[in-house]
Amino acid sequence: MTQNSNSLMPHYRSLTRNVVLLVIFISFTPMAIVTGIVLKQFSASHHEKIHAHLEELVLKHQQNIDSFLEEKVMDIRFLADAIDFDTIGEKNAAADHLYRLQSAFGTVFVDLGVVDEQGQQIAYSGPFKLEKARYEEADWFKKAINNPYFISDVFLGLRRSPHFIIAVRKNWKGRKWIIRTTIDFLSFNRLVENVRIGETGFAYILNREGQFQTQPSFDFTPTLDIYNNYFDALEREGKTVEIQERLDGYGVKSLYVSALLKGGDWLLVYKQASRDAYSDLHKAQLIALFFLVLGGVAIVAMAFWLSARMVRRMATSEQEKEIMNQQVIETGKLASVGELAAGIAHEINNPVAIMVEEAGWLQDLMEDGAFKSREDIEEFERALEQIRTQGKRCKAITHKLLSFARKTDSRIEDFEIGPLIEEVVVLSAQRAKYSNVELTTHLEPKLPAISASHSELQQVFLNLINNALDAMEKTGGKLEISARQKEDQILISVADNGPGIARANLARIFDPFFTTKPVGSGTGLGLSICYGIIHKMGGEIKVSSALDAGTTFEIRIPIEQKADVENKSEIDVASPN
Amino acid sequence: MAIATIMLVDDEVPFVEAMTKRLKRRDLEVEQAFRGDEALKKLTADSKAEVVILDVKMPGMDGVETLKAIKSQAPLVEVIMLTGHATVESAIEGMKLGAFDYLLKPCDMDHLLDKVSEAAAKKRQHEEKITNARIKEITARRAY
Repeated sequence: MTQNSNSLMPHYRSLTRNVVLLVIFISFTPMAIVTGIVLKQFSASHHEKIHAHLEELVLKHQQNIDSFLEEKVMDIRFLADAIDFDTIGEKNAAADHLYRLQSAFGTVFVDLGVVDEQGQQIAYSGPFKLEKARYEEADWFKKAINNPYFISDVFLGLRRSPHFIIAVRKNWKGRKWIIRTTIDFLSFNRLVENVRIGETGFAYILNREGQFQTQPSFDFTPTLDIYNNYFDALEREGKTVEIQERLDGYGVKSLYVSALLKGGDWLLVYKQASRDAYSDLHKAQLIALFFLVLGGVAIVAMAFWLSARMVRRMATSEQEKEIMNQQVIETGKLASVGELAAGIAHEINNPVAIMVEEAGWLQDLMEDGAFKSREDIEEFERALEQIRTQGKRCKAITHKLLSFARKTDSRIEDFEIGPLIEEVVVLSAQRAKYSNVELTTHLEPKLPAISASHSELQQVFLNLINNALDAMEKTGGKLEISARQKEDQILISVADNGPGIARANLARIFDPFFTTKPVGSGTGLGLSICYGIIHKMGGEIKVSSALDAGTTFEIRIPIEQKADVENKSEIDVASPN
Repeated sequence: MAIATIMLVDDEVPFVEAMTKRLKRRDLEVEQAFRGDEALKKLTADSKAEVVILDVKMPGMDGVETLKAIKSQAPLVEVIMLTGHATVESAIEGMKLGAFDYLLKPCDMDHLLDKVSEAAAKKRQHEEKITNARIKEITARRAY
């Protein structure tokens, strides 16, 4: 038993491994595919949503800022109409106007100045000391004087602090005047500064030269080429907003959403680190991944546990089957023994009868008072000797039966098949004689030893012989057993010239519980047990027969080399002894 | 004068020998045969056996076959089947085919003697009837 399960261990291990791999593969593949597809779709859709959202945001702020600037220009224009340029230079005139401006529109207007055609500031009201300032060299002045209105970039200017100005030109009595106002940089900045989303999202405004018009939340130096790229993209392609994803100066992948401001002079840029922007998506992906991994671990664990359990069950049931097989063999053997018993009983009866008669004869002689003469004594001796002889005969017969009836020993031994066959023939000799069957053997001398279970093989041959005798009981006949060596096998044939087996039955003859004997005469197990035994030792058993032409059973048994009993399936080429 | 003449038919030679001695001592004439066909040959030739004690299990012609042959070729001879325990069915079959009785082996000597007497008596009665019938037939013929 143990040697069977040992030889099966690698088989079970590989079976377990295969089942585990299969279960894992089948469970993972759809799960991975579905998760992959869903995540991908979700990612794409999420990206779209984020982009759309940011675009909307930037557009909104673009509109905000443009409105803001437009509004301020309008305000100044309105004011300009109310200015008397002759008197504006007088004390407090400008202050009045500034006051009115500020009370109407807030302190976003920091100061107010009137500049004549030559660039001379003739009136000023505000926190800085800029009366009498001269701007004829200033860039802004040059531009402002030539345009109906002008909004400058942010610059430091004479006051040495960042600001930008809005200048409106007015024709008054044939001369050009410029009404100039400074916009509070901080309130302007706040428009953009408040655009904060997530942790890293912020907005800033750049001019065409890549100079900041607002104070960015994070300090960095913009690369001009890239922003020119945006300018181009927006203008050339006529898009209202441009969105791009690239690495920033620190190597962090970021989203850049840009829109034109102030008629194309400025660029509103919103920047956010991609990871920040897509953080929701990443969170979802992480959760999905976590569950994927969790599920994966669960699947793997379950696969192992399940297959281990399954294989263990299989091993158990195979073991149980093995035990049952042994029991069936045992039962079959006992049935054989039962059949034998009848024959043996008669066999014993004869010597017993003789012993009884001889003893009776001695009693008769003694009754006659004969034990005096020489012949009498000789007669006594003869009779007693006969009794002994018959007694020994009984002993031999009972031993025969007893040795066979011993519990089946599945132990593998090395032995020669010749003596085994002779033994079985002796067991069956009496029965053959009374059935008028001539039982002969043709055994090649010096056949090499085989490795098998002695008593199981005994059972096989007894079974075959009994079957033949059963078939020929009424008619008698010949039964010949021959054994010879062929290459690495021993060929044994049990041939009779009895009634034969019908073709229809030939195919089923080794099936368990198949019998053509009347109910109660045979179990139908004999040949199936033989089949099992022969196959267990790596041999073959075949039958050839035809009605009225006799039956021959052919058995092939491999000659095993000493070494490996566990590798039963391998048949080594034997060297002849 | 012997009580009867019997023929012992059994393939076990020592058994037949021992039985023969014992039966002879009890005033029986004993003929021997060790095979069915041998017995038949003797019976149809010059045997004086009135009762055959026939072993059921024999090689060659077995007991029942021999019985059938005896009943067809020497019908007046009575047959007692001798059987071991395992072969009682054959003995019963034999009785259906005309055997007088059966005995179990090993036998009780007195029992055997009784049976032999009965069988012999029956045979003689039978023979007598035949003889009488013959006489009647002859005398009837004579009447013309």
